[in-house]
Amino acid sequence: MKSYVELSTLQVTVAALLIIVNAAISLALRLRLERSFLIASVRTVLQLLLIGLVLDWVFQVERTIVVIAILTIMTGIAGYTAFTRTAHAYAGMLVDTMIAVWASSWFVLAFAMFAVLQGARSWHDPQYAVPLLGMILGNTLNGITLGLAGVLDGFQSGRGQVETLLALGATRWEAARETIQKALTTATTPIINSMMVVGLVSLPGMMTGQLLSGVEPIEAVKYQIVIMFLVASATALGSVGVVLMAYRRLFNKHHQFQYDRILKK
Amino acid sequence: MATAAPLLESRGIGRQHRDRTAWLIRDISFALRSGDGVALTGPTGSGKTVLLRSLAMLDAVDEGEVLWHGTSPTSDEIPVYRSRAIYLPQRPRLFEGTVERNLQLPYSLAVHRHQVYSRENIVSYLDQLGRDEHFLALDSMNLSGGEIQIVALLRAIQLAPTLLLLDEPTGSLDESTTQQIEQLVTHWMSEAVGERGFVWVTHDATQTERVASRTLQLWDGQLVELETHQ
Repeated sequence: MKSYVELSTLQVTVAALLIIVNAAISLALRLRLERSFLIASVRTVLQLLLIGLVLDWVFQVERTIVVIAILTIMTGIAGYTAFTRTAHAYAGMLVDTMIAVWASSWFVLAFAMFAVLQGARSWHDPQYAVPLLGMILGNTLNGITLGLAGVLDGFQSGRGQVETLLALGATRWEAARETIQKALTTATTPIINSMMVVGLVSLPGMMTGQLLSGVEPIEAVKYQIVIMFLVASATALGSVGVVLMAYRRLFNKHHQFQYDRILKK
Repeated sequence: MATAAPLLESRGIGRQHRDRTAWLIRDISFALRSGDGVALTGPTGSGKTVLLRSLAMLDAVDEGEVLWHGTSPTSDEIPVYRSRAIYLPQRPRLFEGTVERNLQLPYSLAVHRHQVYSRENIVSYLDQLGRDEHFLALDSMNLSGGEIQIVALLRAIQLAPTLLLLDEPTGSLDESTTQQIEQLVTHWMSEAVGERGFVWVTHDATQTERVASRTLQLWDGQLVELETHQ
């Protein structure tokens, strides 16, 4: 006997009725949101169906190259998204962002697959690797974007203070440290906050999913704890990495702040 | 006796516009000897700030070099150089907190760790300006433009630098504050007679007369030495 209610297409369609209610309210109050709701709903259905089919296929073919390809695509999209979400940029930022997203998420994923999930069939077992990387990327993306945006905005608006310190004899690190520190605090606050309240005010999506599919609560909780640690670690690594790379680009070895390199997007 | 190398020497300094289509300043050469007080004049946009920032090595130059006591500081030596040759921007920045916290700030930098903040020293400077210790407790965010300039200057001269690069410190100040700034710089020069020097950007001919021993004029990116007075 299945330990959960398998949804039929009809049951999924029933859920779509809720969106129709939203659209009706929007039409009645002339909020002009019905179009967005419609597009968003269609995209949700299409994108999820598509990834469902892809995962189905990936799980079945069980070929290393296919798993690595899908992990690579996921990481590339995450890196590019992080790159596009800041108000300022500098030459080489796409490369730096990609490296930060890539290195942090794959390192943490590898650690999880080798050291934590020793029961998995292989290090690239798609049943674990794909959803884990998805969880890691989804969360580190925020941290990396916040860190990068924070450090660029900080250097851009804090030019006077950075240069005051340099003019008094500060090294480039001394002049940049406070801005870097603030950016990293901003980057890691969301994950620290969610670790603080997890289980109290929020039930994470993954754990909810496992509970719905009939996993014992304690088992689901153990997975969630692992996930939280993976995400926290990848967020910290990724945001520290991207912020330090931006610092290296904006300050040269002569302890000069290359303000001109910060471009408005 | 061999003549000692100048305190500061600019050898053919040039800086291009960011898009590399034009020179902001070019072929700037001059030597500043110990004891020199140089007034730097020139119309707005002639490159005075660019020159001062280049001398402070805050920006990379495209041509030429800056020599300090006859040698060009290596990358690692630049923070030490800047601690000896301090640049003061036209609109100095203060950090959050009291005036005193701003004055203590430089001592947290590695290059100044061998020195200690001396309140007595500061109070004696303030005394000359007709101010007292209460000034130290003021919130730096509530200061007037003139007071900010005074704090920034005190923040620099308490470190006993050898050279000051002053970018129009009194440009927008009233007469009495201008006089206080001039007094502080003159006093700092007199603390080590013949050993220190400054470059002072000014538009004010009478100020040039009062403070400087030489005048350099920057005109369209080129440097001209005007008559030496005194």
